[in-house]
Amino acid sequence: MEQKDFLSSDSPTWCPGCGNFGVLTALKKAIVNINKEPKDILLVSGIGQAAKLPHYIKCNCFNGLHGRALPVAVAAKIANHKLTVIVTTGDGDCYGEGGNHLLHNIRRNVDITVIVHNNQIYGLTKGQASPTTDIGYVTQFQPQGVFEEPLHPVSMAISLGCGFVARGYSADTKHLSWLIGEAIRYKGFSLVDVLQPCVVFNKKNTYQWYSEKAYKLEPSYDSSDKVLALQKADEWDNKIPLGIIYKKQKQTFEEKTGLYNLPPLIEQDIENIDITIALEEFK
Amino acid sequence: MRKEFTITITGEAGQGMQTIGMVLCGLFKNTGCHIFANQDYMSRIRGGNNFFQIRISNTPAYTLRQKFDIVVALDKNSVEIHKHKLAKNGIIIADKKQFKILQDDIFDVPFYDIAKKYGSEIFINSVACGVVLSITGIDFKILEDSLKQAFSDKTTQIIENNIASAKQGYDFTTQEYKQDTYKIVCCRPTKKFLMNGNDAIALGAIKAGCKFYTAYPMTPSTSIMNVIAHFAKNYNIVIEQAEDEIAAINMAIGASFAGVRSMSGTSGGGLALMVEGVSLSGMTETPVVIVDAQRPAPATGFPTRTEQADLNFVLHSGHGEFARAIFTPGTIEQAFYLTIKAFDIAEKYQIPVFIMTDQHLADSYRDVILDPNSMITKRHIIGKDESEGVNSYKRYTLTENGISPRAIPSWIKGVIYVDSDEHTEEGHITEDAEIRNRMVEKRFYKKMKGLMQEVQSPETYNEDAEIILVGFGSTYGVLKEACENFKEKSLGFLHLSQVWPFPSSGVISVLMKAKTIVNVENNAGSQLGNLLFSQTGIKPDASILKFDGRPFDVDYLMEKLEKLWSKKTS
Repeated sequence: MEQKDFLSSDSPTWCPGCGNFGVLTALKKAIVNINKEPKDILLVSGIGQAAKLPHYIKCNCFNGLHGRALPVAVAAKIANHKLTVIVTTGDGDCYGEGGNHLLHNIRRNVDITVIVHNNQIYGLTKGQASPTTDIGYVTQFQPQGVFEEPLHPVSMAISLGCGFVARGYSADTKHLSWLIGEAIRYKGFSLVDVLQPCVVFNKKNTYQWYSEKAYKLEPSYDSSDKVLALQKADEWDNKIPLGIIYKKQKQTFEEKTGLYNLPPLIEQDIENIDITIALEEFK
Repeated sequence: MRKEFTITITGEAGQGMQTIGMVLCGLFKNTGCHIFANQDYMSRIRGGNNFFQIRISNTPAYTLRQKFDIVVALDKNSVEIHKHKLAKNGIIIADKKQFKILQDDIFDVPFYDIAKKYGSEIFINSVACGVVLSITGIDFKILEDSLKQAFSDKTTQIIENNIASAKQGYDFTTQEYKQDTYKIVCCRPTKKFLMNGNDAIALGAIKAGCKFYTAYPMTPSTSIMNVIAHFAKNYNIVIEQAEDEIAAINMAIGASFAGVRSMSGTSGGGLALMVEGVSLSGMTETPVVIVDAQRPAPATGFPTRTEQADLNFVLHSGHGEFARAIFTPGTIEQAFYLTIKAFDIAEKYQIPVFIMTDQHLADSYRDVILDPNSMITKRHIIGKDESEGVNSYKRYTLTENGISPRAIPSWIKGVIYVDSDEHTEEGHITEDAEIRNRMVEKRFYKKMKGLMQEVQSPETYNEDAEIILVGFGSTYGVLKEACENFKEKSLGFLHLSQVWPFPSSGVISVLMKAKTIVNVENNAGSQLGNLLFSQTGIKPDASILKFDGRPFDVDYLMEKLEKLWSKKTS
């Protein structure tokens, strides 16, 4: 497969310079590399600017409700485990509105990849704080500045037992594309948190701000060490590590339920189901 | 002539009324009797007062009676609570010594002494089975077989102790109780099933090809997921306990989009969380079947009791305008067949379809005959073979009947775009006014028009009667028996097992002839009566409404009808 095979007829409606473009570029590259046809890939999203992304790649797309991408994605994967299922979501969509689904789908561990465009602000609703907005940031709705502790998605995901947790930066599409590819290859629930500037509403966490702080983890970094991973995940104020922060293979939902031993649920004949045996139990 | 009586087993939660009740139901069914059984339970795990009511009859039974003929009281409180409900010539059976009861008119059985003799108080249930069996004059051998079956997962010792306890209860009663008021004349046993409404819905879903069931447990819908879970391995069904109802419906929609038939079940409080998903199903045209097992509300309400007050909510759940269908089965048989139809209609029209039931139908048992092979399952998708030729695919192609051929992702060569935003035929987001018009027409007008052609006709009884009772859902049984009992009045009923689209023409043709129309509903707002008026212009002359959280029984309804007539004539 080549890039042109994934060319959508729909073009992005993002603001010029938006960090989402970098994620789109990186995801396209990653998808080409995994060597699957567009028909075998499903992109699922909720609501927000990040959630529009599936329209800009020619793959199957389910653009659902705010915060609800994960339930749709995991169930689609369960119904057809041959699909490669990727969620593109934002910090509001995934960490705010859909927070409960994130917690529980980390536990469920269905083999899907979640890419969070984390711009630390609500862009589509014009500039309110998001769950990841830094303390002190002033918005129209938070005129005294944000005083609530921001959510730390990377350390949270590691603590919850997520088997693949990575952080990327949308300005470094080459590195991000590699991270996304690794996340897709990982068997189980994988989370890629992407630093992604909002050029209109986030005047603090800009390209310059992220570029000054972001650094790539050394090749010698041991991503299987959970204590080390939690230490790295906590770095934020001065230096922000990029890369696969934590990786550990775990049994997936599909393995536990024996789904892989069966043809995908969608291929089962349902026109001739005989329930005589079940009915016997009610005699 | 009808010969019947009602047995009630009552005690604290946790004393196993359901186990003993189910053993007795199976037993009476196997002697050829018809049964109707219902549980009345409190929202607690131990203590309180629960009762399991079994009506045994030589003609089919569809509803409850108000008075009990035999009350088996397993604790002291039960005697006090239920003695005023005792029918003429009725008997209360209790362990007077254990509970220090002085009352005379009680048939005293040393439940606890017998049970303890075999090792534990837990055997009082089996003693009770033996007592009831002796009173009803059934051969002990039948009970022995039933107990073996009921405790098949227990050790041989436990089974033997249960049988021995039952035998002693049986022998004690045979010796001490000499009346034959409640002796059963056995009919010829038939190959019938004993199940409740939720069992029927679960079995209907399995037959219909449901491959993915997800729900958050909520009384009284929970047993649907338990029954599907019980058979999941045999039928390759994936079940998942969702983190909340929002996840449940979105998961059901995700699985359905990917190509399988899927379902979720809940009660009103859970449905309140699901409504954004209902709207998503409507907008994305993704089929989904949702069971609303109603319980009294608002908010947490009466968790283990019954009501039919979600009709307005289900009719309007989800923002915006889109087609839907709502089935309201009145019997266990209808619960089974209409669940299969619900899956078919959901897939054919690519819409959300509701099955509305309630605690009364969900938890009440009857002997039924089901023919699973009478329903043919036909898929309404682009099949796998046909899919190979499909390349440039538009999910929302505008068609005459509003239904776009539905492709399954990965089966076709092309890709599928689905969006909750307003979208083009291809599925991409749009703000075009003309496309908006055509998509609304598709999702709303055109699909409703199609649905109207296959609406489930209401069932009628004595439809030329002067007085017609109108009801929906679980009141079917009480309507039927009231009409059968009131021979001196010209009384009939019309029962709706589908309320949306409203079967207006069938309803109008019957109600036009009626002199008096009375709607009978388990709610306070006369919700069906109002729907009837809004859809047909026909206004019921009177309403009989019950909203105390308890189901109707035939005696209650007849009493209310008598009052109505005496008021009219006075």
